[in-house]
Amino acid sequence: MQIPAPFDYARATSVDDAVALLTRYGEDAHVIAGGHSLLPMMKLRLARPDWVIDINDLHDLDYIRRDGDQLRIGALTRHRTLLESAEVLSLFPIVTDAERVVADPIVRNRGTIGGSLCQADPAEDLSTVCTVLGAEAVIHGAAGDRTIGMEEFHRGPYETAVAFNELLTEVRLTIRPRSSSAYEKVERRVGDWAVAAAGAAVTFADDGTLDDVAIGVTAVGLVNRVASAEAVLRGEKPSESAIAEAGRLTGEAVDPDADQRGSVEYKRHLANELTQRVLRRAIARAQGLEA
Amino acid sequence: MTIVDDPQTRPGGDYEHGRDHEHNPSADAPERPIGFGRLQRKEDPRFVRGQGNYTDDVVLPGMLHGAILRSPVAHARIVSIDTSEALARPGVRAVLTGKDLEPLKLAWIPTLSYDVQAVLATDKVRFQGQEVAFVIADDRYAARDALELIRVDYDILPPVIDVRHALDAGAPIIRDDLEGRTNNHIADWDCGDSVATDAAFAKADVVLKQEIVYPRVHPAPMETCGSVADFNRVSGELTLYVTSQAPHAHRTVIAMVSGIPEHKIRVISPDIGGGFGNKVGIYPGYVLSIVGSIVTGHPVKWMEDRSENLMSTSFARDYIMTGEIAATKDGKLLGIRASVLADHGAFNGVAQPTKFPAGFFNLFPGSYTWEAVYGKVTSVYTNKAPGGVAYACSFRVTEAVYLVERMIDRLAIELNMDPAELRLKNFIKPEQFPYDNKAGFEYDSGQYEKTMRHAMDLIGYDELRKEQAEKRSRGELMGIGISFFTEGVGAGPRKHMDILGLGMADGAELRIHPTGKAVVRISVQSQGQAHETTFAQIVAEEIGIPPEDIEVVHGDTDQTPFGLGTYGSRSTPVSGAAVAMVTRKVRDKARLIAAAMLETRPEDLEWEKGRWFVKGDPSAGKTIQEIALAAHGTMELPEGVDGNLDAEVTYDPPNLTYPYGAYFCVTDIDRGTGKVTVRRFLAVDDCGTRINPMVIEGQVHGGLTDGVGMALMELIEFDSDGNNLGGSFMDYLIPTAMEVPDWETGFTVTPSPHHPIGAKGIGESATVGSPPAIVNSVIDALRPLGVTAMDMPCTPARVWDAMQGHATPPI
Ligand SMILES: Cc1cc2nc3c(=O)[nH]c(=O)nc-3n(C[C@H](O)[C@H](O)[C@H](O)COP(=O)(O)OP(=O)(O)OC[C@H]3O[C@@H](n4cnc5c(N)ncnc54)[C@H](O)[C@@H]3O)c2cc1C
Repeated sequence: MQIPAPFDYARATSVDDAVALLTRYGEDAHVIAGGHSLLPMMKLRLARPDWVIDINDLHDLDYIRRDGDQLRIGALTRHRTLLESAEVLSLFPIVTDAERVVADPIVRNRGTIGGSLCQADPAEDLSTVCTVLGAEAVIHGAAGDRTIGMEEFHRGPYETAVAFNELLTEVRLTIRPRSSSAYEKVERRVGDWAVAAAGAAVTFADDGTLDDVAIGVTAVGLVNRVASAEAVLRGEKPSESAIAEAGRLTGEAVDPDADQRGSVEYKRHLANELTQRVLRRAIARAQGLEA
Repeated sequence: MTIVDDPQTRPGGDYEHGRDHEHNPSADAPERPIGFGRLQRKEDPRFVRGQGNYTDDVVLPGMLHGAILRSPVAHARIVSIDTSEALARPGVRAVLTGKDLEPLKLAWIPTLSYDVQAVLATDKVRFQGQEVAFVIADDRYAARDALELIRVDYDILPPVIDVRHALDAGAPIIRDDLEGRTNNHIADWDCGDSVATDAAFAKADVVLKQEIVYPRVHPAPMETCGSVADFNRVSGELTLYVTSQAPHAHRTVIAMVSGIPEHKIRVISPDIGGGFGNKVGIYPGYVLSIVGSIVTGHPVKWMEDRSENLMSTSFARDYIMTGEIAATKDGKLLGIRASVLADHGAFNGVAQPTKFPAGFFNLFPGSYTWEAVYGKVTSVYTNKAPGGVAYACSFRVTEAVYLVERMIDRLAIELNMDPAELRLKNFIKPEQFPYDNKAGFEYDSGQYEKTMRHAMDLIGYDELRKEQAEKRSRGELMGIGISFFTEGVGAGPRKHMDILGLGMADGAELRIHPTGKAVVRISVQSQGQAHETTFAQIVAEEIGIPPEDIEVVHGDTDQTPFGLGTYGSRSTPVSGAAVAMVTRKVRDKARLIAAAMLETRPEDLEWEKGRWFVKGDPSAGKTIQEIALAAHGTMELPEGVDGNLDAEVTYDPPNLTYPYGAYFCVTDIDRGTGKVTVRRFLAVDDCGTRINPMVIEGQVHGGLTDGVGMALMELIEFDSDGNNLGGSFMDYLIPTAMEVPDWETGFTVTPSPHHPIGAKGIGESATVGSPPAIVNSVIDALRPLGVTAMDMPCTPARVWDAMQGHATPPI
C-alpha cells in the first residue's frame, strides 16, 4: 500500500468555513474534492499538504441549474452527474462526449468538475471543454465572489487563478441557439489520459454561415483556443475543404512533447485528425443531422 | 454504488458473457457431476463474500511492519548509508542494511538459476528499485515515513540499459561481485542442428529474415508480494506466511539459505491473489521479514506496494528474436532458425529447470514439420530488475510460439498464400505422434488439422475474408489473425528436470474417512486455478465420491506432501496425475476390502463409479462409503491390509503434455488514429480430457485478456538512465473489460497418451496463443498499406508509425 506523508485533516461546513480554514492554514493546506488527483499525488508523496480541507459536505456546491441563457454547474458536481444529465447532453454534447472518456466509472463517481479545472493538468479533458465553451468560473474568497473567463483562469500547467485561500464554486456555460459541440479523444486504453483530444463548438447564423467557432485541444501543449483554425471557418458556410484546413492549422499550432503515448509527429497528426472529426460532428449536430 | 458502463464504448458488446460454441446447457450431464463436468468453483463462495484469507490479512499478536528503501538509480556504488535519523524516529524498532546481513551470510542469496542476488545491496546498486535498507516499525505508517530519513550517498555509475549494447567492449561491468567477470555475458544455449538447417536453407526457393521483439512485460497480479515471518526464539521454529506459488520449494530453499533446519520451518501460502509466475522466486522482502523477526523477536509483516511490485519483482519476456524461415515456393516449410538476445536484468534470477537456461524455447518449431531447425539464445546482464520467466509463459513457450507464428504469417505474405492454408499444408499429422520436434522435445498427441478446420468453421473464416475484401475496397482496415500453437507443459520428468536440484515431481495423499468423506492433500498451490474444485473432481471421477464430499488441502507445508508447486501449467499434468494415481491406489485397496466383505476374490469384482460388485451379479456389491466404514470398523481385514482407506504417491511424469489450439482474431483499425479494436476472438483449445469445462473457459478468458494486454498496451520501458517508466498502473497499462471482445471458445479433445486421465495443462494456453493472433491480425489489417511486420505493443501511436512505413521496435 502506498502511504502519504503525515497530514492533518479538517472538514469544512460551509464555503466560508472552507475559505477561513484555507486562510488559517496557509499555502500548505489543500482542498480535497473527489480526491482523484490529489490522493494519487499524495500517495506518491509528490504532494505533501500539511492540511487537507475536505469540502465534500458542501452539498450546496453540487448542482446543475438552468438560469436564463446560462447553465450553472456547482464545483462539487461529480463527473458521473454530468455524464448522466439529459440537459447537459442536449445543450452541450461536448460535455457528455468528454465525460464518457474521462477516466473510468470509479473515478467518475467521485471526481468533480471543480477539481478537474483546479488541477489544471494539461491532459484534463474538462479544461478543454470549458475553454471551448467559453465558460466562466466563479471564485469565492474572503472578499466575496469574482467571475473570470477560462483564458484568465488557466495560468499554465497545474496553475490557475484560484489563490490558496479561495474556492472555485461554480462554472457557467452560456446557451446559444443554433449551436452544438463535440469532443473526441484518443487513449491507449479506457481510463488512460489522452494521447491527444480535441473539442469544438459551433454556432450558426440565420443564413447558414458559421457565426462562431471554437476549437480546443488536450495534452498537446496548447492551453488556449486555436484562433488560426477558427478563423478559417468563421463567417463561412461549412465545407470539407475548410474543415481540412482547420485541422491542418491545428496540427501546426500545437506544441506536443514526445512520450510513451506517442511521438510529436503522431500527436500533431491527431490534433489535425481529431479537430476535423469534432468539427464535422459539431456541425452535423447543430444542423440536426446527428445526435 | 452502481457503476456506469457505457455500452457505446464497449467493443462487440451484445453478449453478457463469453460464448462457448460447444456448450449446450440443455445437453449438459447432471447438474452436480460426480466426476468431470461443469461444476461451480468450490472456492468461490469465500471469495465473492470477501472471506478469502490473503497474506496481508494475517495479523499476529505483537506483529511489526517492515518497509524497504529502494535505489532511486540504476547503477551506483554505495558510498555510505546513515540510518541514525530513521532509528531515532518514534515507533522504529530496527533498520537493517547489507552490512548487518553480511555476518549472517544473508546479504546475498542464491537465485533459482545458480546465480546470486543481493538481499540488501552491499557494494553497488544494480537496478532502479533494488533493495537497500529495511525498516522495522510498530506500524506500516511509521515504517514508510522512516524510509525518508535514511541517507544514502551514491556514486553514480554509467548503466547498461540498451541490451543490444550489453556485450559491447567497454560496456560497464555490472556483476563485478562475481570473480573474474570481464563482461555482461550470462550464457549461450542452442538446440537443433545448425548444419542440417544450413542445408535446408540452401535449397529453399524463399528465405526470409525478420526481427521479432517480445518486450519486457510484467505479470502484475492483483495481490502484490509479501510475507509475515514469525520466528519463535524458544522453539527455534519459523512460520512463514508468504505469497508463494511453490511453498515446499520455498521451505527447502529457505532452510538452505537461513540455516534454520527444514523440519523447523512451516511455510503457509494462504489464498493468493494471482501469481502468473510472479510468485515463484524468493524475494529479498521475504528474507528480510524472516531476519526482522529473528532480530526483533516479533512477527514481522512485509507487503510491497504496487510500484514496488512493478519495478522490482519478476518481469517476463524481454527477448529480442531474429527469425529466419526457408520454404519452397509452393509453401512447403523447410527450415527455421531462431536467434535470441535475452535480457535477464541485474541478477540471473530466471525460474526454470536447471538444464533449460532458455526455458522450453525448444518449442519454437511450433506445430509444423521441418527438415531441420536451429535455435540459439544468448542471455546477458543489464541494469534492470531481474526475472524473466513469469507471466503465464510455460517457460518461454510464449516467446517460441510468438516467433514461429509471426514467421509463418510473414512467409504467407511473401508467398501470397492464405495463412490458414499455409498452416494446414505443413501441420504435423496425427499419425506422426509421438513426434520429435527436432529441437529436443517429443510431442505426445495432436490432431492439428481437425482442430484448425473446426476453428475455421466456428469463426466463419471464408465469410470473414469476404467481408475483409469488401472493407478493403472501401479503404477500411480490417484484419484476420491466426495463431496455431503447441505448448509443452507439466515439468517434468525428474531425470531431465529439476530446480536447484529438486526433481519436478509432486506428491498426493488421499484419506477416505470412515463416513466416506475424503480429504486429498496436494503439493501444488492455487492462485486462482480452482484446484479445490478440479482436484476434487479427479478424485470423484476415479472413486465415485461426490466432489462436495472431498476437501482439497494445499498451501501449507505441514499439511501436504512435498512437491514443486504451481507454475508452467504443471498442476494438472503432474499433481493432477498424482491425485488420479493415489485415488486408484485407494480404489485397489477398497477392492481387497470389498472382496472380504462380499466373501469373494478380488479378481471376481468389477468396478463401476462408486462401488465394487461381483461380476455377473451387479446387485451384490459394496459402495466406497460402505467399504470406508468397514476399513475402519471391526471386520477382519485381509492379510496385509491395514485398517484405513488411505494412500500416498509421488508422481514422476514420463514426459511433458502438449496442449495446443487454433486461435483467430478479428481487428478493426481506425485509419485516422491507429487505434486497434479487437472485434472478435475465437479460441479453440485442445487440452486433452476436460475436467471442468467452466474452469477451462475461465482460464482461457483470463489468458486471452492477458494476451490483449501484451499485444496492445503492456510494456515496461526504461529511459537511458535506467529509470523504470512503467512503475505504476498509470504508466503500465493492463486491459479492462472494455478492451476485450466477448470471448468465443470451442474445443477438440485429444487425450495425452501418457497422462493417467489424458489431461493436458490449460492454465497458460491462452496467454501463449493469443498475442501472435492479435499482432498477426493487426499486420493483416495494415497489409493494404504495405506493412509486413510490427512489434508489440500495438498502441495507437505505434500502429500509426507502422502505417507511415516506419514501424520501430519497442526496445
Ligand atoms: C486513474 C485516473 C484516471 C484519470 N483519467 C482522467 C482522464 O482521462 N481525463 C481527465 O480529465 N481526468 C482524469 N482523471 C482525473 C479526474 O478527472 C479527477 O477526478 C480530477 O482531475 C480531479 O477532480 P477531483 O474532484 O478528484 O479533485 P481533487 O483530487 O480533490 O483535487 C484536485 C486539485 O484541485 C483542488 N481543488 C479541488 N476542488 C477545488 C475547488 N472547488 N476549489 C479550489 N481548489 C479545488 C485540490 O486542492 C487539488 O489541488 C483521472 C484520475 C484518475 C485517478
